[in-house]
Order: sequence, then structure tokens, then C-alpha cells
Amino acid sequence: MKIKSIALLAGLVLAMSLSTSALAKQELRFPINMPEPKEGQVVHVPPTMDDLEASNLHPELKRTIRRGYDLFMNTQQLRGENVFNDMNCKSCHMGEGRLPFAAPVWRAAIAMPNFRGKNQHVNNLEERIAGCFAFSMNGKPPAYGSDDMIALTSYHQWLAKGLPIFERKNFYGAGYPIEKAPSTPSYDRGKKLYTENCAICHSDDGSGMRVDGTPHFPAVWGDLSYNWGAGISRMHTLAGFIRSNMPLGQPMTMSVQESWDIAEYIDSQERPQEPRFTGDVKDTRAKYLDTFHKHTNYGLEKQGRLLGDHENFGEKDFVKPDNLRPRTFK
Amino acid sequence: MESKTKIKFSALLLGLFFSLPVVALDGDAAAGKASSAICMACHQADGNGMNIPGGESWPRLAGMDANYIYKQLVEFKSGKRVNASMAPFAMMLNDQQMKDLAVYYSQQSAGKAAGGGTDTELLAYGEKLVTQGDWDRYIVPCASCHGPGNKGAGAHFPGIAGQHAGYLESQLIAWQEGKRDNDPQHLMLAIAERMNDRDIKAVAAWLSTQPAH
Ligand code: HEC
Ligand code: HEC
Ligand code: HEC
Ligand code: HEC
Repeated sequence: MKIKSIALLAGLVLAMSLSTSALAKQELRFPINMPEPKEGQVVHVPPTMDDLEASNLHPELKRTIRRGYDLFMNTQQLRGENVFNDMNCKSCHMGEGRLPFAAPVWRAAIAMPNFRGKNQHVNNLEERIAGCFAFSMNGKPPAYGSDDMIALTSYHQWLAKGLPIFERKNFYGAGYPIEKAPSTPSYDRGKKLYTENCAICHSDDGSGMRVDGTPHFPAVWGDLSYNWGAGISRMHTLAGFIRSNMPLGQPMTMSVQESWDIAEYIDSQERPQEPRFTGDVKDTRAKYLDTFHKHTNYGLEKQGRLLGDHENFGEKDFVKPDNLRPRTFK
Repeated sequence: MESKTKIKFSALLLGLFFSLPVVALDGDAAAGKASSAICMACHQADGNGMNIPGGESWPRLAGMDANYIYKQLVEFKSGKRVNASMAPFAMMLNDQQMKDLAVYYSQQSAGKAAGGGTDTELLAYGEKLVTQGDWDRYIVPCASCHGPGNKGAGAHFPGIAGQHAGYLESQLIAWQEGKRDNDPQHLMLAIAERMNDRDIKAVAAWLSTQPAH
């Protein structure tokens, strides 16, 4: 089984320089400076929805994958049932879940089942997706084996087409990688940078923007954002996301330091309670410190305020979804 | 299960629902109507402008966001946005007149735009590029900024659906050539400069066939 080689990266990132018009042939003022693959990294170029249409998969399977794509792009259609904030899956997994450095979701389709440090048991692909529903969407995962879950997993697996399962490769562009901060991240610098570069869309108070009542720019903090247990509330993850994806359309324009500064600012704001809340924020932080919260500001005092010290669970009327559960085999 | 300083559920929610600022522009539509006589030659009496194939099109102003119109007028006057046909008229206006005109035009109703043509293949390609973008070239879907249906989002992201194709095309080219440079944070420039000639023709054609409201 051969995995597509580095040369194919051209299709994804470098093609830009070839396909722009004569007019734009002069130097681009906003080039896409995505990092080159490192020695030994495997590049996967996931198929598109056009490739799906052109494929000879069963028409019913095509319908299932299309439904998964639709749920991924417009997850708000599950609002009030599975989703209780202003997010869609694509809000963080940019570009249809295919884009490198935006945690492209196909990796989970071949890395799962696997042991996850976060919940200390073996998860399959459905459970990995359930994790983003419970934390990133501040919601309740669709039932395992439900129509929506099957549609979503089908879409994820379609994106992984051609990759061997159970191979633990070093994939190019996986997750939201970033270098260490050159100096200690600064709230004040972050605040200034946020105001200048982000507030036009995400608003000064982090609530994003709605148009005629529907979410347009997602909330980066506050009641309608992700909760304190979400992966992106970890500083390095948020900083990595920002560096490679924001401001929208201008990836890699914030420096490493600037990305960390903004992450420090955003992570010093309030958001819905961690679903694994024990009733006490310091206790909850301590309980999940090593596996998670050593990377977040949850339960720390910032700007004179103990973060996460509240019982605001956002729009939902439950704390932790009941279909998140551990398992073991003895 | 006790925590010391509980933030009230409702308090946070309230903060959210009242935090969406609809900044009303301090202008008078009636006064704007009175000043609009000098604009009609190009933007037409109903504010719907005109598509001029092979020439310089006059954009529809009717139904555009008032703050956006005001910003453009200020920038034509200051020279931040440059256009030889439009500049002399902006020069004549004082700040209050700009506000009045902006409010007046924002309240006009948008008519149908022109210039979409009949090339169904081009229109279909335009629809795809507008609604899905082309992430492999980092062309972000237009609606990600320009709002649902590309009908606009707040003061900074103007509606581009239902605008004349000739005008849409001219602006994208102006950005590419460095002739339009007044977009906040160069959010639009970054996208425009990644587009090729066919992309531009296609998105302009398709957007012009779409409803403005
Ligand atoms: C608020 C941001 C956010 C949203 C919204 C979100 N996710 Fe995630 N997702 C993350 C983060 C952060 C990770 C972990 C990435 C990492 O560090 O490797 C992740 C990881 C994943 C993974 C595993 C990827 C891998 O490389 O192993 C999958 C699959 C996934 N998410 C699916 C979804 C689906 C499906 C939805 C919508 C129901 C969704 N996510 C919504 C932030 C988000
Ligand atoms: C032009 C508008 C725009 C600007 C400017 C912008 N964003 Fe975003 N941001 C978006 C959109 C739209 C998404 C969702 C992605 C999608 O739907 O494709 C998003 C997603 C996000 C997310 C993940 C989802 C969430 O709400 O938490 C974070 C975090 C974020 N942006 C942070 C920032 C930061 C930090 C900056 C400034 C450096 C910034 N953004 C600038 C439009 C913008
Ligand atoms: C001689 C023709 C002409 C007249 C008269 C004229 N305009 Fe314009 N206007 C134009 C053209 C052409 C453009 C497009 C400029 C460009 O390409 O940048 C334009 C653009 C604009 C825009 C920007 C629209 C957008 O979507 O960004 C506004 C606002 C505007 N005009 C308002 C006015 C007002 C108000 C008046 C009267 C005071 C006026 N114009 C008079 C030709 C004219
Ligand atoms: C990252 C955000 C963003 C994206 C994505 C985006 N735009 Fe824009 N666009 C803007 C902003 C901001 C302005 C307003 C500039 C100003 O204030 O002068 C604008 C203005 C425009 C204008 C000028 C409108 C007028 O009335 O003068 C056109 C035309 C346009 N955009 C077309 C497009 C098309 C077509 C796409 C998709 C291929 C697109 N935009 C995607 C941010 C964006």
C-alpha cells in the first residue's frame, strides 16, 4: 500500500502559484505560506465531493456521505438537540475538514480505534466525533449508530480514502501544531492584537456575529462558544489554530508569538462550564490536570477573576451528555 | 456542589443577546433624497445603478448597508478609494450629506441586477465558487464573510448578491491591480488576488442573478 507522496502536496497548497491569473502573477501580497512537509512526513490529499460524484460508489452510499458532509458544514441543523452553541464542525476544521493545519478529520478515521489520554479508554471514530459534540459544540452527541452518526463517520472515512488503517504515521498538517512561544504570552498584547485583527468578525466581546438571528461569525468566548473542556481551550491548540487559520483568508500572518498572545487573551475569558465539572472548579482542574487542564487557564485566576467558577452550562439544560461513558475489557 | 462566586446563567445570556450592536447612522433620509439629484445620472433615480457591458458600470446603492455606503463616500473623498467618475461627486459632499445619502439609499429597495448572461456552464461554476469556495487555492467561500446568501453582514461586509456583474468584476480586478485598496485588514484583497480571470467572470455573473434581499 503506497501512500501519496510529498509531490502530491502540489495539488493542495502549491498549486495556487500556478493557477492564479496573469494579473496576479506579480507577487501576492497575501501568499499562503504553509510550512513544507518535513523529512519523513506523509502527505495525504483527501478526495473532494466532486471526486465522490465521479466515483462508482453505490448511490445510497453517496447519499450517506453527502448527508455527512452537509452535517459537517451546517451542524446548526442539529441546534437544540445535539448542538447548543453557534458552532459548525467546519468552524474549527476549516475547509470541509480537509485543510492541513486545521485538524483535518480524516486522521481519526484511520487512527481510531485508539486509546485516548483525554478520557482514558479506547475510542472508535464515533466516540471521537462524540467528543467534539460534547465539548466543542457544547452539546450532546447523536446516538451511536444513529443515522446522523453513520452519515458523519461515512464522510470522515471518505476523506481518508486510500490510507491504510492502524498505521501511526507522522502526517503532514495534522492537528494544530505550533512552536513554543518565544516569550511568555501576554494578555495585554493579546488584547490589542485581538482588537486590531479579530474583533471585526468575532466582536469585541467575543460573541461573534449573527445575521438575522443565525450564527455567521462564531463566538470565540461566552455562552455560545465551546466549553471549558474543549480541545481548543488548550493554549497550544488555540495558538496553533490561530497561526494557521486566522484572520480568515490570511493564514500564517500572525507570528508565533502573536498567536500565543491572542490565545492567552481568549483563554482568559469566560465560557460554558466543563462538562466533567465536579461541582468545584479547582477540584475539577486538579482531577484532569495532567490529561488536559495543565494546558488551559480553567480554574486559574486571571485579571482578578477565577475562571470557570460558575454553573453556567450555556444553552443546554444538562451537565454531561449521558452517552459519554468509559469502558474496559478484563 | 457549591461554588463561591457564581456567574448567573441569565446574566451571561443577557450579555450575549444585547451585545450585537446595530449602529444606526445619524442621517436623514428626506435630506438624503434631496441631495441625491446629482447622483441619479449614474446611480439612477431608484438607486439601482446600471450594468454597462464593455464600459464602466454604475453600482446599485439601493438597499446597501448605510454604514457601508457612508464609509465608501468618506473614502472616495479622502482619496483612500480612487475612481475618476465618482470622486468629484464625493468631493461635493459634507459629512452630514454623506450620512443622509447613505441612509436614503439604504432604505431604497433593490431591483434586479444585470450582466449574468446565459452561459450556463459559467454560471454553474460561479455558483460553486461562491458557495463552496476553492480551499485548495485558499479562495474562501464568499458567504463566509458576505453573509447568508451573500446579502451582507453588518457594516463591514457589503451585500454582493444582486449587484451588477460588470461592477462586481471591475472591483475584483481593481483589487488585483492595486487600484482598490480600502478594505479593512485587506480581507478582500487576500481573496481577490488568488482568483483568475475565469473565476472573476463566473462569480460576478452568478452573483448578479441572485436576490439582493
Ligand atoms: C471549537 C472548535 C471545534 C469544533 C467546532 C469541532 N472540533 Fe473537532 N477538534 C477540535 C480540536 C481542537 C481537535 C483536536 C485536534 C488536535 O489537537 O489534534 C479536534 C479533533 C477532531 C477529530 C480528530 C482529528 C484527528 O486528527 O485525530 C475529529 C474526527 C473531529 N474533531 C470531528 C469533529 C466533528 C465531526 C465536529 C462537529 C460535530 C467537530 N469536530 C467540531 C476542535 C473542534
Ligand atoms: C473575516 C472574518 C474573520 C476574522 C477577521 C477572524 N475570524 Fe476567526 N473565524 C471566522 C470564521 C468565518 C470562522 C469559522 C470558519 C468557517 O466557517 O469557515 C472563524 C473561526 C475562528 C475560531 C474557531 C471557532 C470559534 O469561534 O472559536 C477561532 C478560535 C477564531 N476564529 C479566532 C480568530 C482570531 C484570534 C482572529 C484574529 C487573529 C480571527 N479569528 C479573525 C472569521 C474571522
Ligand atoms: C458620473 C457617474 C456617477 C455619479 C454622478 C455618481 N457616482 Fe457613485 N459611483 C460611480 C461609479 C462608476 C462607481 C464605482 C467606482 C469604482 O469602480 O470604484 C460609483 C461608486 C459609488 C459608491 C460605492 C458603491 C459600492 O458598492 O462600494 C457609492 C456609495 C456611490 N457611488 C455613491 C454616490 C453618490 C451618493 C452620488 C451622488 C452624490 C454618486 N455616487 C454619484 C459613478 C457615479
Ligand atoms: C475574508 C472575508 C471576505 C471574503 C471571504 C470575501 N470577501 Fe468580498 N469583501 C470583504 C470586505 C471586508 C469587503 C468590503 C471592502 C470595503 O469596506 O471597502 C468586500 C467587498 C467586496 C466587493 C465590493 C463590493 C462593493 O459593493 O463595492 C466585492 C465585489 C467582493 N467583496 C466580492 C467577493 C467575492 C466574489 C468573494 C468570494 C469569491 C468574496 N468577496 C469573499 C471581505 C471578504
